[in-house]
Amino acid sequence: MATSAAAEKLHAIWHDRPGLAGWASTVDHKRIGMRYLHTGMLFLVAGGIESLLIRMQLADAQLDILDPETYNQIFTMHGITMMFLFAMPVLSGFGNYFVPLMIGARDMAFPRLNAFGYWVFLASGIFMYSSFLIGRAPNAGWFNYPPLADADFAPGLNIDFYTLGLIFMGISTTGGAINFIVTILKMRAPGMTLNRIPIFVWGELAMSFQIVFALPALALANVMLQLERRFGFHFFSQGDGGDPLLWQHLFWIFGHPEVYIIALPAFGIVSAIVPTWSRRRIVGYTWIVVAELATALIGFGVWVHHMFATGIPQITLSFISLASFMIAIPSGVQVFAWLATLIAGRPVLRTPMLYVLGFIVTFVIGGVTGVMFASVPFDQQVHDSMFVVAHLHYVLVGGALFPIFGALYHWLPKMTGRMLSEGLGKLSFWLTFVGFNLSMFPLHILGLLGQPRRTYTYQEGLGWEPYNLISTIGTFILAAGLLVTFYNWYASLRRGAPAGDDPWRGETLEWATSSPPPHHNFDHIPTVRSREPSWDQPELAGGAQPVEEGGHPLTDGHITLSTSVLDARPQAVVHMPHSTPWPLYLTVALAILFTGMLVSSVGVIAVGAVAGTVALFGWFWPRGETQES
Amino acid sequence: MPGVANVPGRPSAIGRIGAPRRLRVLLGLSFFLLASCSGQLSALDPAGPGAARIARLWWLLFWVATVAFASVLGLIAFALRRARRDVTPDIDTEPVAWGDRFIGIAGVAVPVVILLGGFVYSLDQMNALATGDADDPGLEIEIVAHNWWWEVRYPNGAVTANEIHIPTGERIRLRLTTADVIHSFWVPRLQAKMDHVPGLENEMWLQADEPGTYRGQCAEFCGLQHAHMAFFVEAQPPGDFQAWYDGQASVASEPEDPSAERGLVVFLSSSCVGCHAIGGTEATATTGPDLTHLASRRTLFAGRLPNTRQNLESIIVDPQHVKPGVGMPPTEMGAADLAALLDYLEALD
Repeated sequence: MATSAAAEKLHAIWHDRPGLAGWASTVDHKRIGMRYLHTGMLFLVAGGIESLLIRMQLADAQLDILDPETYNQIFTMHGITMMFLFAMPVLSGFGNYFVPLMIGARDMAFPRLNAFGYWVFLASGIFMYSSFLIGRAPNAGWFNYPPLADADFAPGLNIDFYTLGLIFMGISTTGGAINFIVTILKMRAPGMTLNRIPIFVWGELAMSFQIVFALPALALANVMLQLERRFGFHFFSQGDGGDPLLWQHLFWIFGHPEVYIIALPAFGIVSAIVPTWSRRRIVGYTWIVVAELATALIGFGVWVHHMFATGIPQITLSFISLASFMIAIPSGVQVFAWLATLIAGRPVLRTPMLYVLGFIVTFVIGGVTGVMFASVPFDQQVHDSMFVVAHLHYVLVGGALFPIFGALYHWLPKMTGRMLSEGLGKLSFWLTFVGFNLSMFPLHILGLLGQPRRTYTYQEGLGWEPYNLISTIGTFILAAGLLVTFYNWYASLRRGAPAGDDPWRGETLEWATSSPPPHHNFDHIPTVRSREPSWDQPELAGGAQPVEEGGHPLTDGHITLSTSVLDARPQAVVHMPHSTPWPLYLTVALAILFTGMLVSSVGVIAVGAVAGTVALFGWFWPRGETQES
Repeated sequence: MPGVANVPGRPSAIGRIGAPRRLRVLLGLSFFLLASCSGQLSALDPAGPGAARIARLWWLLFWVATVAFASVLGLIAFALRRARRDVTPDIDTEPVAWGDRFIGIAGVAVPVVILLGGFVYSLDQMNALATGDADDPGLEIEIVAHNWWWEVRYPNGAVTANEIHIPTGERIRLRLTTADVIHSFWVPRLQAKMDHVPGLENEMWLQADEPGTYRGQCAEFCGLQHAHMAFFVEAQPPGDFQAWYDGQASVASEPEDPSAERGLVVFLSSSCVGCHAIGGTEATATTGPDLTHLASRRTLFAGRLPNTRQNLESIIVDPQHVKPGVGMPPTEMGAADLAALLDYLEALD
């Protein structure tokens, strides 16, 4: 595509330096998004291996594949990995890659913060996984309840890896969320009014607001726990006024919204796939957007349903029970809007659509069992049993993993410029779908048969063996399904057919530019006149909307447009920061700082703090770049 | 699955340990759904009014959920009637006139009615499960959870471990506390669970309608041996219970033969005495389970092993092999001393 003079000029302005320097200093949202995706998938492999180990250990009663300590470390890291190191980063990765493209911007609002977010995510993931090297991975569950996580009962470094690692990671997540909010509200192409924002972008926005309000509770709780472990504070330990339930409140005020932090962008993916693959504009756009925002809000009012068995007063349980019943409604609204679109359209039964259908089936099962937990007496019966394990995997694997894999088949041709194999895609879907249901459906029955969760083994003769064996077999089939997609991805890079700009004839702006898109995304920043611009504005094709139709070449520097929040009227030409390695250096300094706190070394902490200060100066040092034009 | 409740004559927990495993796996597979309601810990095989109420609630939730799920499946099947295999450039741009009405009715109106109904019904069930204590104070038992066993204290001074005897047909009040971390008390066939939280004293009630043994276990992750923290509720006819209750309040029986006498001396002169109490002797420590009536119990190590002489020996000699991480240290002693000690412990009925 880069043939016109404007395109060549833009390429010269926006491209990265070649080689290692370019690799370490890029702030291109597409490269960063791809990094999130690659790294998140590597962590999916790690978390998947952990789940295979867990299921091997539980395949039969009294097996001895993992000793109890190793088992506790593995199941704890499985939870942390899948939530924080796989689902959130991968969904952030798709957001990083596609939000600027979908809203017609040249980059995120804060490109350097964006690069910093990725490096910190990577460093904190390595930080937490390095605990395995000394055999001291976190071992008190991803929920990490004191007093089990206190120094009295967990004297090693295990829990310090958890608390410090999550505080470290929170820097990345919070920065990323603020970046999404500003980008979505201020960087949209002219004409992309609020009611023309693609639903995927709404999903990332709702997720980001949830992160900004939920993450502080987690960070605060971890700071308090670290003070308690290292300096003898008594926030959570009994005596001196400490209360172990305080941790549970703080953790779940974060922890329940966390479910929606993962689900909302995944729902956004579904809302991106459904119209393209039904050949229909989405039915109920406003319903879906309102439902996403309602979920983000009500999601903060249901945390106590994780604590129904702790002896909390009945009146509190009643309120939370009502909120927990009601939060099903916005999810239901979205399911029925997707169904309406499918019914009104003509669904194309190819891999992305299969993953969406698989998502609806599994997520609805997770949804109806979720409603059951809103009922206090039933929750108190099956709480902390395998029934909950089944439920949460139907919600998170159904609600996030299936959309993510559907998104790979939908968007990888755009990202890599290469088509994937449809046959392997279908094979992967069916293995994943059948394997998942085999692995998790029997756990509903096991929970009703009284098998508690988080046990490294179980007694013989309780009638649990056959269901556990089926679950283990299913997990291996599921793993095979995921591997087929990884192979398909790899093979497409080697010998996939060229995708062209718009292989699926999609409705959103990313399909109007080349595959993969150029560094500057669009030769001309478009003026948008429709909710489905690529369907309704044929002049957008090629990424260079003619100037007389409203295209903005903006070739006079490293610049993009900023527009008003509600109706996206152009307001300013913004100079974007250039690529820089300082975010990487600051991350290294922070890693030194957190390692110092881990090993309680004042010297190492001082080195990290000084290095961090230097890195901040380097990052913000004025370099005489033009400020306004 | 419904209607399989209350299978009488269930074999005890101990009797089932050791049946040929492969056979059971095959049988289990063939009865995948049919057999799924029964089991020693099946919440769907209630043996008391608490669990029975929740089991009824479950079946209601189950059928509502099944209908909702089937409706979605039906709509998907309907949507796929026009499914095709390839992307075509044409887009159907005609507005969907029925879209808002469909989402409003199927996605909001109907769910609101169902969910509000579910909320009101389950609130009613919650109240029914919570109240009813006033009319019958009944027996009150204190359960202290430990890493990884259960201490059971009766009002008459009887102290036992991992076994809770109750009279049938009576509402028993439990006071739940913990000596260390958070645990959770769960007997699925009798009642929903309740946590033992440090610094709190939670209460719940328990009632068994029929005599029998009801297995329970810790449900809150509590560290290395969370897996092996089981207990048994032994429901007895009131007369039998009273006899047991009075017997448990008595001090330990005196050793009757020379070997058992020597065993008592061994016990008092070994590290055992540092953690365990035996009523009527100098052993009064409370770190580990009270052993006054050890021989009357079904299991050792909180359900880990049946209470046999051989198993007792193995947990004295090498407890870390049986239950890695358990607080009990291994004890080295001569064969004669060990035999005497076992003779003594086996006579503590």
